[in-house]
Amino acid sequence: MVNTLTDDELTTRIRAVPDPEIPVISLDDLGVIRELRFVGDVVEVVMTPTYSGCPAMQAMTDAVVQVIESAGRRPEVRTRLTPAWTTDWMSEAGRTALRQFGIAPPGPVGMTIARRVVACPVCGSADTQEISRFGATACKALRRCRECGEPFEEFKSL
Amino acid sequence: MARQDADHTAYLLGLADDALIYCQRLGEWVSRAPQIEQDMAFGNIALDLLGQARALYTRVGELDGSGRDEDQYAYFRTEREYRNVHLVEAPRGDFAHEMARLLWFASYQCGLYAALTGSRDETVAGVAHKALKEVDYHRDHARMWVLRLGDGTHESHDRMQAALTWVAPYVDELFADDTAAVEAAETGVGVLPSQLRSQATVFVQGVVNEATLQMPAEPPRHERGGRAGVHTEDMGYLLAQLQHIRRSYPDATSW
Repeated sequence: MVNTLTDDELTTRIRAVPDPEIPVISLDDLGVIRELRFVGDVVEVVMTPTYSGCPAMQAMTDAVVQVIESAGRRPEVRTRLTPAWTTDWMSEAGRTALRQFGIAPPGPVGMTIARRVVACPVCGSADTQEISRFGATACKALRRCRECGEPFEEFKSL
Repeated sequence: MARQDADHTAYLLGLADDALIYCQRLGEWVSRAPQIEQDMAFGNIALDLLGQARALYTRVGELDGSGRDEDQYAYFRTEREYRNVHLVEAPRGDFAHEMARLLWFASYQCGLYAALTGSRDETVAGVAHKALKEVDYHRDHARMWVLRLGDGTHESHDRMQAALTWVAPYVDELFADDTAAVEAAETGVGVLPSQLRSQATVFVQGVVNEATLQMPAEPPRHERGGRAGVHTEDMGYLLAQLQHIRRSYPDATSW
């Protein structure tokens, strides 16, 4: 089956491509898709990477290319560095999905660590402490809830 | 290639090489750090640096007209073609040594990338905007560990102090103005390293004071030569480890 999707349907599919590391959020939730244009049978996508060295970016690009090609269109995926990606671009739906997945969503950028409240994604308590500033991926830190005792990951504000 | 373009690429190559070589050294820590959280921290910091290096190598490949991709710069140059400072190639010491090195290097990179956000080269400015957020986090990580070790036990205090003394001869080279940097600064692409010195020093001094440590005395000599491709003996071993697999399978397309 080739070229049976409308532009709107294909747009939805591209935006719904999941993050390879955190599959509960999509590229649209992350805010990495900055532009999406249809020019003839070419689909132009402009993406802004999250972290300079994030290995997931390549997987995201490959997935977008695959979605476009499987719809019988020609992908042109470009990277744009400026303005730099920020967690403020993450959607509310994405933040809710992160929380339900057990990852505390990022707070507003620019708030100092002392003033920032990171609520436990399990019990909602604000009484949590940082265990490690770096986690299993570039975008996360490790915390622990003093209330329910649960260790959890926090999506760092960037 | 015009002389200015040559200096422009040489300048960017130096920045990329600093990031790549330090990435390689930090990667050595994984499985050797005192805590698993520190394994992850080093791995993450190294990954950020690798990302910066990749973007800069790609830019150099566009500018120098050679058509080389990032791998060609990382894996297929010889030692004398690398322009990194000696600080990043120095062998791994103990954990305190690494925090002393990271504190200086991240402080330098914070000033560097802050300045480069205004680079006339838009790609460089874009890389800098992104990298600035990353290196600020690295610097804060180093700061917290230097405070913890310096203001910790007698043993940790003494070892942190020894680490600051160890790193001192390598610091000057970060802020030395070589021809390529001068040209890059004149054309608005880069920034003079000497202009970054006071801000970085003030930051490090502040951390050292707060950690109840002392800034070490002026070292008897300063490391030099990295920007001209003259390296220490350790660089050859580092490159052998970095490059040998890629060179053994030059036609490989996936890993």
